[in-house]
Amino acid sequence: MASLIPCPHCGPRPKEEFTVRGAALPRPAPNAPVAEWQAHVYLRENPRGDYAEHWHHSGGCRRWLVVNRNTATHAVHSVTDAAGERP
Amino acid sequence: MRYSALSVLLNGLTGKAPAPAWRSPAPKAEYDVVIVGGGGHGLATAYYLAKEFGITNVAVLEKGYVGSGNIGRNTTIIRSNYLLPGNNPFYELSMKLWEGLEQDFNFNAMVSQRGVVNLIHSDAQRDAYRRRGNAMRLHGVDAEILDREAVRKILPFLDFDNARFPIKGAIRQRRGGTVRHDAVAWGYARGASARGVDIIPHCEVTAIRQHNGSVTEVETSRGTIRCKRLALATAGHSGITAAMVGITLPIETHALQAYVSEGLKPFIDTVVTFGAGHFYLSQSDKGGLVFGGDIEGYNSYAQRGNLANIEHVAEAGVAMIPALSRVRVLRAWAGVMDMSMDGSPIIDKTHLPNLYLNAGWCYGGFKATPASGLCFAHLIAKDAPHEVARAFRLDRFARGYLIDEKGQGAQPNLH
Amino acid sequence: MTSHRLPTGGRLDRSRRVEFSFDGKQLAGHPGDTLASALLANGQRLMARSFKYHRPRGVVTAGSAEPNALMTIGREGRTEPNTRATMVELYQGLEAHSQNRWPSLDHDIGALNGLLSRFLGAGFYYKTFMWPASFWEKVYEPIIRRAAGLGRATTLQDPDRYEKTWAHCDLLVIGAGAAGLAAALTAARAGASVVLADEGMELGGGLLSDPAAWPQLTEILAELATLNVRLLPRTTVFGWYDGNVFGAVERVQKHLAAPSPDAPVERLWRIAARQAVLATGAEERPQVFAGNDIPGIMTASATASYLHRQAVAPGQRTTILTQGPAGFALAAQMEALGLEVAALVSLGDGPSWQGKAPLIRGIPGKAIGGKSLKALQIEGGARIEADAIAMSGGFSPVIHLACHRGTRPVWSDARQAFLAPVEQEGLLIAGAAAGLSGHAACLGDGAARATAALARIGLRATPAFGPAPEDTIAQPPLGALGKTKGKKFVDYQNDVHARDLILAAAEGYADAELAKRYTTSGMATDQGKLGNINAAAILAKARGTTIAEVGLTTFRPFYTPVSFGALAGTSRGHDFQPVRRSPLHGWAESLGAEFVETGLWYRSAWFPRAGETGWRQSVDREVLTVRRAAGLCDVSTLGKIEIFGADAAEFLNRIYSNGFAKLPVGRARYGLMLREDGFIYDDGTTSRLGEDHFYMTTTTALAAGVMTHLEFCAQALWPDLDVRLASATDQWAQMAVAGPMARQILQRIVDTDLSNEAFPFMAAREVPLKCGITGRLFRISFSGELAYELAVPAGYGEAVAAAIMTAGAPEGICAYGSEALAVLRIEKGHVTHAEINGTVVPADLGMGKMVSTVKPDFIGKHLLDREGLTDPARPQLVGVVPLDPAMPLRTGSHVLAKGAEATLENDQGYLTSSAHSPHLGHSIALALVAGGSQRHGEEVVVWDGLNDAAIPARLTSPVFIDPKNEKLHA
Ligand SMILES: Cc1cc2nc3c(=O)[nH]c(=O)nc-3n(C[C@H](O)[C@H](O)[C@H](O)COP(=O)(O)OP(=O)(O)OC[C@H]3O[C@@H](n4cnc5c(N)ncnc54)[C@H](O)[C@@H]3O)c2cc1C
Ligand SMILES: [Zn+2]
Repeated sequence: MASLIPCPHCGPRPKEEFTVRGAALPRPAPNAPVAEWQAHVYLRENPRGDYAEHWHHSGGCRRWLVVNRNTATHAVHSVTDAAGERP
Repeated sequence: MRYSALSVLLNGLTGKAPAPAWRSPAPKAEYDVVIVGGGGHGLATAYYLAKEFGITNVAVLEKGYVGSGNIGRNTTIIRSNYLLPGNNPFYELSMKLWEGLEQDFNFNAMVSQRGVVNLIHSDAQRDAYRRRGNAMRLHGVDAEILDREAVRKILPFLDFDNARFPIKGAIRQRRGGTVRHDAVAWGYARGASARGVDIIPHCEVTAIRQHNGSVTEVETSRGTIRCKRLALATAGHSGITAAMVGITLPIETHALQAYVSEGLKPFIDTVVTFGAGHFYLSQSDKGGLVFGGDIEGYNSYAQRGNLANIEHVAEAGVAMIPALSRVRVLRAWAGVMDMSMDGSPIIDKTHLPNLYLNAGWCYGGFKATPASGLCFAHLIAKDAPHEVARAFRLDRFARGYLIDEKGQGAQPNLH
Repeated sequence: MTSHRLPTGGRLDRSRRVEFSFDGKQLAGHPGDTLASALLANGQRLMARSFKYHRPRGVVTAGSAEPNALMTIGREGRTEPNTRATMVELYQGLEAHSQNRWPSLDHDIGALNGLLSRFLGAGFYYKTFMWPASFWEKVYEPIIRRAAGLGRATTLQDPDRYEKTWAHCDLLVIGAGAAGLAAALTAARAGASVVLADEGMELGGGLLSDPAAWPQLTEILAELATLNVRLLPRTTVFGWYDGNVFGAVERVQKHLAAPSPDAPVERLWRIAARQAVLATGAEERPQVFAGNDIPGIMTASATASYLHRQAVAPGQRTTILTQGPAGFALAAQMEALGLEVAALVSLGDGPSWQGKAPLIRGIPGKAIGGKSLKALQIEGGARIEADAIAMSGGFSPVIHLACHRGTRPVWSDARQAFLAPVEQEGLLIAGAAAGLSGHAACLGDGAARATAALARIGLRATPAFGPAPEDTIAQPPLGALGKTKGKKFVDYQNDVHARDLILAAAEGYADAELAKRYTTSGMATDQGKLGNINAAAILAKARGTTIAEVGLTTFRPFYTPVSFGALAGTSRGHDFQPVRRSPLHGWAESLGAEFVETGLWYRSAWFPRAGETGWRQSVDREVLTVRRAAGLCDVSTLGKIEIFGADAAEFLNRIYSNGFAKLPVGRARYGLMLREDGFIYDDGTTSRLGEDHFYMTTTTALAAGVMTHLEFCAQALWPDLDVRLASATDQWAQMAVAGPMARQILQRIVDTDLSNEAFPFMAAREVPLKCGITGRLFRISFSGELAYELAVPAGYGEAVAAAIMTAGAPEGICAYGSEALAVLRIEKGHVTHAEINGTVVPADLGMGKMVSTVKPDFIGKHLLDREGLTDPARPQLVGVVPLDPAMPLRTGSHVLAKGAEATLENDQGYLTSSAHSPHLGHSIALALVAGGSQRHGEEVVVWDGLNDAAIPARLTSPVFIDPKNEKLHA
């Protein structure tokens, strides 16, 4: 994993300032079938390659971010705020 | 060739090279059972299929050299100190198999039961370990709670005086210990090969073909191989192999580092885990201190880790044993692990009638190797789960019968 | 003047003497010596014993690849085993001891192993020691373990300091030989920020062994000193990590007799480099022939290094074995210095030779000698008397770091070596590390690579040196030489010889990685720096294939071993983790509190009074005082989160399983927070202080976790909700005032009407205090008593707590700690994380009604109805009391049905919490028991096998006092 992560708010910061949660998946609609919820909570594509994950800049601006990176090379392609363009 | 005191003596005297430990056949066109993954679990499965169930027309396909995965990268700790009834009997069966393994497969894997000591630093930790220790005792597994003085007696140079988190005691399983990991792979490979199993290294499965709802053959880097039954035992690569048949697993792949120090004269005679940080330690028969900590935390297929983790581990190490400060760390390496959503494994059938799955071992599947092999062989041979592996179902996540020892929920990097 | 020191020359300060000892023998050298050179100068060639056969060993290199000359340095807490004498700078009073020998280095019983060597070949462990079965652990393994390792580690505390730091630079140059210096100079002249690190005590690398290059070296270093370059000698870059971060260790004070306590002895650098140039040079390959490990045999470059840097001649008569020109050059230099070269033995064609020594075309057959070299037998030829051998088997580029991130080395036919790709992202390789030879060629290459590296980051540089031709041709690795019998060592330290590898291949362990694991070749402290290339050549021959096909084993950190101390830095002992203290810590301390570690916090656990003899006595008193009168407990460690925004109520409604949308202003509510998988995550009370303002409390353990969770929900899941969060845990001192007298006591402090009507159960408001500040008052109760929690700005906490104690003195108020709090809550059947263990759902705790059936959505709603989560056999919260009130119940005991055998199948659950209830006068417990809610009144056995206890007990309601909640509402 890259030793530095470019936070869109704080600039490149040491990876240790961040906490990773896992796959950045959209939460199913409240009325989605239970199978969809099961998949959301438990099943993971787990690719060897590009992957979008939720990371938290817990030791910095405390924003949740979507980090697009490669699970084989650890290269980080892009980092955006998880809320989209808003904040 | 059977190893015996005499054979070693004769080879020494005659200077003759002993026969290869296992055969190196070219893959056949078809097998009754094809096992993907020549790690500990795949090789053990082949061994028990042949030995216990008489199924010998078997191939183990391994993409690297034999034992190139986690079986040869782990920190070699074995124990059966599990809490939950879904796990505990399985790991105890594994421990019993370890205890007889060398005689069973005629290979010295250096099973060394010199105890596993988990330090206690708080009342809550003691309570949790008492719950665990009693669960073990209920199943006839050995466990004991040590007080601070008893710990000091066996590990006098831990930090008892100036620790940020004072040591209040420990739970110990004396039958726990370590095993020479590579030798486990070699012993099973040799035993399986002698019984007719083809061990085929440098043979990567790249596709799995189906016909009429069954698996028919695998595409490999060494050609197409037909199979009547297909068994996946690919550990950290389970996501990739399962995807070949369209299965999405409750598994993420994470990297875990391990480390070894320079060789030292006997320093520590047991396995010990720190309870106030991520650090555990044992000493190999060669003298290196073998140690590790937590997983890297992010999904990774790269068999390497980062500097921050070794720093964390060293910090905890020096906090636990101040004298480590002057010991030098020789090497760091990593394996990629199949971290399941509840921290427990899967040994189960799949939606395809002749496809079997063995995965989800997290950072603890080495100790499971013998039982995993036996239970997976049972499942493949009888199409029914072994008694002690009944809880390791794939549908437990959907149905809500989780086996979550740590109570962390569906976030693999917390298990 | 000692026997092997030349009268002139070297980079020594001959005006000063440095005294040191080896195995108790007092010796002396000069500043500029390494421990190895000083020992050689003193004629001490026998320096160590090998691992397995305890063979006598001397030094083979002059650098960090040294496999043999390992010693234990220092004393007491500074003892360092396995230290390479080649890397230790001599300092006054240095103590060195040889290792792995008994009774002495000269006479080592362990050498008898050598006699058994034909039975102790590679992998012999795996085939033996199995009979009889019980003997492995009782007999064989203890013997093997006793033989383990080389040096002995101390068990004492390290007296020295360590530290860590970061560096950021445009260009990191690793290695300060010709290529590295040229790279640094080129980059620095262009205005780039440069870090130049080298493991040696002096910058210069190979130039240091070439007096002709010294003037140029001095010049370059002088110029670098004027530029923006951080020069880091004695600094080993040990690993290359993601993001182009390099790990390095600087030996700040390892070379000093008395390290200053104000500075670290070692410093860990994490160097974030925009680009790096790897200029780590090349390692000379030993030749593999019978007896190639006898003291007196070393590489040609080591010989040159000792000659020129420390003016030490390795012997009186040196035989030079060479493949390629390196040995010819050395022979010429030695003869120029007036040293005797017994013979120059060249494997193939070399340059022309005009020196005195006879030139022999041939290969070594066998070296002869014991603890010191006596002669060399040429294979099929003459015997040459010699007390030293300098050998050169060609060179292997040092590419370790370039391969730390997954790059595989590739065989180069042109270079006859394994190379790493010269251009990688963030890293370029220059000079001998790229396979080049000759100072001029390396200077030119270093300059060119630095220019290219800077171009990658948009900086323009002019190469400080132009390109130059190379001066040697590449030599193939040799593998094992000759047919003469005898051990031909490949891995010196681990005693792996050529035959071990050939046998391993025959046994099927022919893959380079398998051969390594089976024979331990390359697994010693030098990680195969010298031997791996020869091992690959031997395996290739055994397998009938090419060395390219065999390949090398994986390079991994650490380039050379790094101390735990450096990696741990300042985080040690009591400073392992920071300490958090509550704003009421001083107050509790003034009352004599005992503190207990809770996560990073110190919490006041109990408040012993004079005359009390054990903690239980204090806790019982505190509990009874609370139940009878009143007590004050510090609850500041609970997580506190301020929640603002027009959608704050809606937000909380989605966060908690129970409803929060309609919570009136001025009221608190207990809430359950689930995870998305339906299991309980945390609990706590949240109060509505205004239409758009809530104040949440969490458990101490999950204060940070809940905050993170709320942020995730607010930012990632529902960014459209107008909600803002702020952690306020450290901003407020919070105290529970509990007990039947709590109201009347608090009324003396709080300037508002606290009557039941004006401030009922679950009221929550900002209130003025009589002292003039504003606090927040919550009528909530964890103890089951009439109780309040009062939060005041942290800085006022101690004053307010003291004021309450004074105000409550007439009623006999006491301070109570976390232990008494635990007893009170267990008596009341309130849960903590002992019960909320990550595997329980609300219904398990009797809180099924707190799961809203009307809300369309909340975290955890959607998977809560699964079969496994609604199974009637799930564990449920119950109370447990012993049938015999004298029997103590222990947390962690399991529950068995009465009369059932103690087996795992019969396990019914376990005790989550227990306490002695002073109120009831006996032990009580909470438990999670299968179907427990339907089993109140059932007799069971509380089984604690760890303590050989099986206590008859009864399951009860989990509420032991005031089941109707009359006290709460009083
Ligand atoms: C650093 C570290 C420390 C550990 N410490 C311990 C410990 O102390 N105790 C413990 O009990 N456990 C430990 N473990 C966990 C344990 O090593 C693993 O759980 C266990 O080895 C996994 O089973 P395995 O041996 O079959 O896996 P592996 O050895 O990884 O076997 C899987 C094999 O499948 C092969 N493969 C994958 N895809 C394909 C394909 N498409 N075609 C062909 N072959 C393929 C792989 O190359 C690999 O060889 C540790 C793990 C690591 C990484
Ligand atoms: Zn940020």
